[in-house]
Amino acid sequence: MKETGSIFHPRFMIVLVVLATLILLVPAVGLNFGDPITSSTDQYYIDHSQVETGANNVVASIVFDYRGFDTLGEATVLFIAVLGVAMVFRRLYK
Amino acid sequence: MTLGLIGRNAGRLLVPLIFIFGFYIVVHGHITPGGGFQGGAVIATGVALLLVSYYYRDCLERFIPITNFKLVESAGLMLYICTALAGIVVGSGLLFNWLNASGGLFGHPVAYGVNPGDLFTAGTIPILNFAIGIEVFGALSVVTLIMFAGLQEKTQQEEDAEAAESAAPLVSKRKKGKGGRK
Repeated sequence: MKETGSIFHPRFMIVLVVLATLILLVPAVGLNFGDPITSSTDQYYIDHSQVETGANNVVASIVFDYRGFDTLGEATVLFIAVLGVAMVFRRLYK
Repeated sequence: MTLGLIGRNAGRLLVPLIFIFGFYIVVHGHITPGGGFQGGAVIATGVALLLVSYYYRDCLERFIPITNFKLVESAGLMLYICTALAGIVVGSGLLFNWLNASGGLFGHPVAYGVNPGDLFTAGTIPILNFAIGIEVFGALSVVTLIMFAGLQEKTQQEEDAEAAESAAPLVSKRKKGKGGRK
């Protein structure tokens, strides 16, 4: 690879690797895990979800009650994906 | 590609237990970790094991035509949508938890704080869990069935005939080439 300006030029590759490392290091250095800046929403769910939905599992109360519309979208995505698979491979089964 | 006798029989023993465990995960979704997606995936794993441990075409003839799974999948999504729309009719909005603490089905009064949990609490959440569970179960099973259809696996009779042919030394070579897959 002697062409100048190629994407595989060694100098270009070194710059790319350094940039990618720096970008990947930003979340590791700059963010504190388990200590979000605003925690009012999660504290609300922990305090109120059992009273408001009656479910002991807070995750289930969020997925199926507070964010139920999102779950409906997820189920529709899965349905359409399987529909596509069944249409593409419809000759394999009768 | 074929599984041995021990593997097949172990699979046949394990399939009902896997179904029961997946059903447990789906039904207890609002009490313990888990839920519809996870439990449905576990039950679909059982279906895949069923297809491996029985032969694919025998299995399709004996228990599970592929249309049934499509029906189950569509029924799950329809149950979810109908429960969501019932919130508009009965309560105040889409997906409103109108069954919670109503005293009827899934409406037992809830014990607050740390408690072992009651199966009949949480209103519409168990129903939605069940809907998502059978939807994911049907979807993953359809995909698994279609992939198995592409494998063109032999049935038990064909495999036995082939084994008998290769075991018998007196059979002529012309006959030996004719058995097997079409």
